[in-house]
Amino acid sequence: MDITRRDFTKFGCRVILGAAAGTAIIESIAMGGAQEGSSNKEYDWNEHYWGYIVDTHKCIGCGRCANACKLENHVPFDEPVYRTWIERYRITREGREETVKIDSPNAGIDGFTDDIPTEEIKKAFYVPKICNHCDNPPCVQVCPVGATYMTEDGVVLVDYEYCIGCRYCIQGCPYGARYFNLEKGTADKCTWCYHRITKGLLPACVQACPVGARKFGDLKDEESEVNKILDKERINVLKHDLGTKPKVYYVGLDREVR
Amino acid sequence: MTAENLIWGYIYPNEAEIQWSILIVLYPYITGLVAGAFIASSLYHVFGKQEIKPVARFALLTALAFLLVATAPLVTHLGNPLRGIEIMFTPHLTSAMSGFGYIYSFYLIIVLLEIWLSFREDIVKNALKLKGWKKLMYSSLALFSYDISEKALHNDEKLARKLAIIGIPSAAFLHGYVGFIFGGIKANPWWSTPLMPIIFLMSAIVSGIALLILLYITASWLRKKALNYDTLFSLAHYLWIFLILDVVLELLEIVSMKYESLEEIAIIDRLLSEKIATTFYGVQLTMGIFIPFVLLILVMIMKNREQLKTLMIAISSIFVVIGVFAMRWNIVIGGQEISKSLSGTMTYVPIFFSQEGVLPALIIMIAPFIILAVLTYILPPWKDMEADME
Repeated sequence: MDITRRDFTKFGCRVILGAAAGTAIIESIAMGGAQEGSSNKEYDWNEHYWGYIVDTHKCIGCGRCANACKLENHVPFDEPVYRTWIERYRITREGREETVKIDSPNAGIDGFTDDIPTEEIKKAFYVPKICNHCDNPPCVQVCPVGATYMTEDGVVLVDYEYCIGCRYCIQGCPYGARYFNLEKGTADKCTWCYHRITKGLLPACVQACPVGARKFGDLKDEESEVNKILDKERINVLKHDLGTKPKVYYVGLDREVR
Repeated sequence: MTAENLIWGYIYPNEAEIQWSILIVLYPYITGLVAGAFIASSLYHVFGKQEIKPVARFALLTALAFLLVATAPLVTHLGNPLRGIEIMFTPHLTSAMSGFGYIYSFYLIIVLLEIWLSFREDIVKNALKLKGWKKLMYSSLALFSYDISEKALHNDEKLARKLAIIGIPSAAFLHGYVGFIFGGIKANPWWSTPLMPIIFLMSAIVSGIALLILLYITASWLRKKALNYDTLFSLAHYLWIFLILDVVLELLEIVSMKYESLEEIAIIDRLLSEKIATTFYGVQLTMGIFIPFVLLILVMIMKNREQLKTLMIAISSIFVVIGVFAMRWNIVIGGQEISKSLSGTMTYVPIFFSQEGVLPALIIMIAPFIILAVLTYILPPWKDMEADME
């Protein structure tokens, strides 16, 4: 029913109003996308505003999050495309000369191997990465047809039936969070498991993390765990200077992390 | 080569694939040639430079020939080409790209009107003179209006001039805007600069004039007609002037990046010294700007020896069109060869047979020349070139 109505709306608007009706159509698409994303009809997106916390102190680089994400969201395992990944930072020092080696083999899904003698490493840590669902998202800004949009509850999604596949959003994302879905011919990205969170479940990556390095919750709920962490900890976001206003907040973010 | 050899340092896992291929290099290249050719014709139509008159109409046809294929690389590259038209129906106005359809269409109308007005006298004469389907074709082209009285032609000319005056900012906008598509991307330090639109515009003018020179020389050679040296040297002179503006801006960008040395400078340095060293220093700057610049100075100070000067101008122009292509390449591909992690680089390997490969790029690049041949068959611009020679 939904599809028919949407198609009808699109077609009707086009014929009658043409280009002038652009904004209205985009809005109708955005609404449609959200309804599709959630099968829970009782979910009211005005009641929530989602946020995500990564505690880099806790991450052990096991890769279960990245694996769970691919399984949950049917992200192809045989292509270099990821909705989340884990970066490993290892810093070695000779005199005052520091060397930072960063890697994320297969996004960390298969874990990490030692290729630097442990005694040479001065500092090492893991940093999980995921779409920041920015409040000022450059990907949404640059989409020429409005196929990528932010929901009322703060999640940046892609309308796969509307995306033309120009990949401008992939260029516009400073975090490398987007990829091209070869099968659909569209852009693709993390949805914070919108199909799960609208049913009261956690995103797959959060659910899979065995050490609680990833937290997800409602920023509108004063009592939520994410709000408590935000109140208590010194937090940072990635590439703060770009003004994207990420909603993935990091505890213990090192200056080497971009 | 395996993917491992193509990657240096750390790149975000999703960056292993280069998203914008050689087709997206062609897009600014082709619109640049359009804008440049149009502005060259405006030197006569708007600024009244009589020495440009012999090629003014030819330049308009050239602009149209390239304009007609300008959308081809974009549409071919889309993941869902059939949805491309949505950019016209539901443009998302915060996107720099969303204006493309409208700016392109507006400009196409301007160029078509300008050509129609410039050729109307010939079209009407053909419509009255010829028989059969040709008569029908020219009558349709004349829109079945056959008034070519002196007054009507005078009005045409006045209107053409007004249109060209609108045309210049449109051409500048069409192409400056392409620059903004790249310049407005804060995620990419190699692209993000307010200078980008104006750099694109200057290199567009340079490439358009150089292309026009080459086409003019080739057309005269094919038709075994003598060149009008006043026109040729005048075009060469403008080419030289715009080369200076172009190089100043291109260097200004690099110099300020180096001088300010922000955090991205390490990866930019690596881009310039490892990834695009040959195409940047070698092709874009030395071959595309420095050598033509010197050759054109020699042309300007040398007396007589027309054939040698023509050869030097031709070589300069060939170098310029190659150099500007390299400039587009260095921006589009270069910008994607550095990781947004600022810690690594990727390598673009063009594929020959693929939707976004070299083959479609070649086809798209050859097409405008065929279109131009057809256009000049229907609307021969040659009489201007010959009339001025006696």
